[in-house]
Amino acid sequence: MGSGRRWAVEFADNSTSHSSRDILDPPGFTRASQEQDDSAVSKQKKDAEANWKAQKAWEVAQAPFKNLFMMAFMMWMAGSTVHLFSIGITFSALLQPINALRGVAKVFEPYKDNKVDLLAPKLVFIALNLVGLGLGIWKLNTLGLLPTHVSDWVSSLPPPQEVEYSGGGVPLY
Amino acid sequence: MNMAIRAFLLLLLFFASSNPAYSLYEDQVGLMDWHQQYIGKVKHAVFHTQKAARKRVIVSTEENVVASLDLRHGEIFWRHVLGPNDVIDQIDVALGKYVITLSSGGSVLRAWNLPDGQMVWESTLIGSTPSKPLLLIPTNLKVDKDNLIFVYGNGFIHAVASIDGEVIWKKELASEGIDVQQLIYPDGSEIIYAVGLLGFSRFDAYQLNVKSGELLKHNNMLFPAGFSGDLSVVTDDTAVALDSTGKILVVIRFQDGKISFHQTHVSQLIEDISGAAVILPSKIPGMFTLKIDASVIFIEVINESKLKVVHKIGHANAVSDALSLPEDQQAVALIQHGDGKILLTVKLGNDWTSNLIEETIQMDRQRGLVHKVFINSYVRTDRSNGFRVLIVMEDHSLLLLQQGEIVWSREDGLASVIDVKASELSVEKDGVSVAKVEHSLFEWLKGHLLKLKGTLMIATPDDVVAIQKIRLQSSEKGKMTRDHNGFRKLLIVLTRAGKLFALHTGDGRIVWSRLLNSLRKSETCENPRGISLHQWQDPHHHALDENPSVLVFGRCGYNSDSAGVLSIVDTYTGEERNHIGPLHSIAHIIPLPFTDSMEQRLHLLVDANRHAHLYPRTAEALGIFQRELGNIFWYAAETDKGILRGYGVQKNCVLEVADDFCFDTRDLWSIVFPSESEKIAATATRSLNEVVHTQAKVTADQEVMYKYISKNLLFLATVAPKAIGPIGSVTPDESSLVVYVIDTVTGRILHRMTHHGSQGPVKAVVSENWIVYHYFNLRAHRYEMSVIEIYDQARAENKDVLKLVLGTHNLTSPITAYSRPEVFTKSQSYFFAHSVKTMAVTLTAKGITSKQVLLGTIGDQVLALDKRFLDPRRTVNPTQAEKEEGIIPLTDSLPIIPQSYVTHALKVEGLRGIATIPAKLESTTLVFAYGVDLFFTRLAPSRTYDSLTEDFSYALLLITIVALIVAIFVTWVWSEKKELQEKWR
Repeated sequence: MGSGRRWAVEFADNSTSHSSRDILDPPGFTRASQEQDDSAVSKQKKDAEANWKAQKAWEVAQAPFKNLFMMAFMMWMAGSTVHLFSIGITFSALLQPINALRGVAKVFEPYKDNKVDLLAPKLVFIALNLVGLGLGIWKLNTLGLLPTHVSDWVSSLPPPQEVEYSGGGVPLY
Repeated sequence: MNMAIRAFLLLLLFFASSNPAYSLYEDQVGLMDWHQQYIGKVKHAVFHTQKAARKRVIVSTEENVVASLDLRHGEIFWRHVLGPNDVIDQIDVALGKYVITLSSGGSVLRAWNLPDGQMVWESTLIGSTPSKPLLLIPTNLKVDKDNLIFVYGNGFIHAVASIDGEVIWKKELASEGIDVQQLIYPDGSEIIYAVGLLGFSRFDAYQLNVKSGELLKHNNMLFPAGFSGDLSVVTDDTAVALDSTGKILVVIRFQDGKISFHQTHVSQLIEDISGAAVILPSKIPGMFTLKIDASVIFIEVINESKLKVVHKIGHANAVSDALSLPEDQQAVALIQHGDGKILLTVKLGNDWTSNLIEETIQMDRQRGLVHKVFINSYVRTDRSNGFRVLIVMEDHSLLLLQQGEIVWSREDGLASVIDVKASELSVEKDGVSVAKVEHSLFEWLKGHLLKLKGTLMIATPDDVVAIQKIRLQSSEKGKMTRDHNGFRKLLIVLTRAGKLFALHTGDGRIVWSRLLNSLRKSETCENPRGISLHQWQDPHHHALDENPSVLVFGRCGYNSDSAGVLSIVDTYTGEERNHIGPLHSIAHIIPLPFTDSMEQRLHLLVDANRHAHLYPRTAEALGIFQRELGNIFWYAAETDKGILRGYGVQKNCVLEVADDFCFDTRDLWSIVFPSESEKIAATATRSLNEVVHTQAKVTADQEVMYKYISKNLLFLATVAPKAIGPIGSVTPDESSLVVYVIDTVTGRILHRMTHHGSQGPVKAVVSENWIVYHYFNLRAHRYEMSVIEIYDQARAENKDVLKLVLGTHNLTSPITAYSRPEVFTKSQSYFFAHSVKTMAVTLTAKGITSKQVLLGTIGDQVLALDKRFLDPRRTVNPTQAEKEEGIIPLTDSLPIIPQSYVTHALKVEGLRGIATIPAKLESTTLVFAYGVDLFFTRLAPSRTYDSLTEDFSYALLLITIVALIVAIFVTWVWSEKKELQEKWR
């Protein structure tokens, strides 16, 4: 009774090295190539994602540029007189870049990656927003809301005191 | 989209730049304005009480007003104000339905319909020599079914048909130089007598046929001793005159062409007299009145030439003309003064021993003496005669007395306002009772609920009436305390009668009135009259427990060197704190820009000898004045000589009696205008209390122009001497108008401009750095208005923003007139449709609000004209930027917008002046226009940008807020419930 077991198939095959196997791989099957192929695919994927992120980051960085044109057009529409419409547009032109600048980190958060260099898009984004801000300030100035003229500083200057005093007129009749 | 935005922007621009209208709605009339009608001091009064219809009295006044007053209440039925040159000489009633007025020295005769005051006819009676105007309306003289009116004026006697004013005949009587004194028409005869004097020594009597004017007889008789001038006609054929010495009475009889004189020595009639006698004008048949020393004597002429003294009273009393009663009797009213009361007696003309009526009436001391009495009778229920008298007081007020009572009184002194000053009311005291607050709260709520109804248009007609009543009679308006906005003030008004009134700006009522002691006739001051009013003490910072006061300045007599009188009057109570005088003559009053520790303003009074006297006379004031001595100057425009002189104030003057408060003046400069081509026509200076907010004017392109603002600017206009007369008296080539802007410290002419072919009258106002003046352009046959704006060139260099930011500029450092100002001016002229009586400019508390020029038009209305229309920077086609700045495209004439009449539908008859007073609220200015009428209103030249409008519905706001809070609460509860239900599901 020494050999009750005639054959068995070991399903649990934990080893990956073929040297430890006693059974040969079926012909046409190369274990190594498969393993090699797998790692290449994942690497490719990662690269693509990084590329995509970079691309997106650039896109986001360039987004204010389109906005700039839009803003400029709106400003031209508003004219140079101070009223509700022009003030509204100007202030939105000022607030938008400021808000954008405050949230630079947040805007680029989804594109954060070890392999992606976000500095350049960030700089571009900041620069474009600064241009937008400049445009807003320029608009503010053209509306005459910035104290850059002499008139802004003297308009409430009281008249000077006079040293002499003179009175009189036609003698009372 | 593009189009839509553009259209939207254009619409916005339109709203932003559209002309603001200053008109008010119909229901706003009387909310903040009031109008009072007066007539002036009554000269003549004719009663019209025969008919059972409305009883009235027709009066003519010294303000040239003819009016019909309701005898029951003293209200004006109708009123006409004749021009200032059309002085009313006589009035009477003809045919029982026409009021006849004779005016302009007997050359204009008019008939007015008695019930409604419509003019029926007007006749111009032409003559050559000016003479005493006389009017005689016989009651029952009919010529060709027509009643005649006899008028003597300008040397001619005219018979005028009373029905249409046609001159039936006229005859010259003054050809020899006879001064006709009286027309006499004996009832029922065919002859009219005209009696007069020639050269004080000949008595002349004419007899004329009433129907044809044919001269029937002309008798005269010489009186070698000479007459004193006045003639009193006693009966139809007797007159009384005084000889040239005033000691002998001459009874003149002129019956049937024979003239005879009977002389009686006055001392034979009256014992112990000293002075000369004067005949007073009176109309009592058979009697005349004589004034000797301090008494008035009634003398009757009996038995053709005998004289008999009937009665004797003190001279300060008043006597009426005789009133004919039925049964050939005459009644005369006499008024005597008592202590705080007057005594009225009515006597029968032919029996002076007994009185028909003797009444004592309490009289306000502030009304002074009785000046005139007019008597009228009525039939009592017991068929006896009752009497009513109309009296004119020293303060020009008019009172009706009947049965010992004052039936009504009119404050007609207010028709002759000389000067106005505003005074603050007292500050509100703390501690208002709770009940009052509750009551007022309830009233407040009720009022607002009504208003709300009005806003929501659910008010019934009764409610509308109630709303209007609440608005008009707002208790806030007439309060005697200061308000937050500074709308409630006292207007201190000086009248020609020498009476000071305080009017409340809220409703125009008289708060107090006072007949000034200094302006009453006295032995030392024979002919006192008020000249001007000045702010004396106006506590704002210190001495707050002191009441504010005004300085009243008057003069005894009509010459520039007659003595002056001063009074200081408390404006809260009307008490005369102090009166000084008579003292030195006063030619100029110069309020100085300094106050002492009691906030009394220093005044410099310059007399005719050019000595300057300082008031108040305290050591402190002297100290302040001496510190500033070198910086005080004064100038005088001598219009008759055509010289403008400037003076400085020097050390104390050398007088017999040392006076520390008297200072010598020295000549500094003079400007002599060529007498053959220029005569001073008008001067104008800036108002002393005008506040200017800023020295810079910012133009649309952000550029700055610095205004030349000086308190020492004088605008002076001269016209060619030929062109002094009325418009049309000279050709354009002969006339020119020259305007000067002069610095009165140095005498430097800053600007000079000639308007060729223009002439006066010139009216001007100066404000901030601009001058607006009005004159007549002979070439264009139109009135013109010009504006001059003065800018400082020297300051224009201040362009460095950094310096201005850091404040290292010298724009606000004190400046001196000796530092050679470099100025440039801009000016522009426009046609203007109206002639202008007076001009003023709005004043506001801080000087930020834009200005309006107020014009008193010839139609006695006040027109507000925006300064924007008078801007020398106006061009025909302003650029977009200039339009945004508010520059109006240039037009050749100034527009008159009907809505900009400040007086809306009312007229300020006989408009003489406009005073503007700043309110505490910056946007608002108070305007007071005075003439025969008074008008007061509030103006907001840039609209009330700093307060909610009067009809703002606080209740609506409150209700809205409450409703919103309730809604929030309800929805919250609701949502909570719903959420809970959701959770249970």
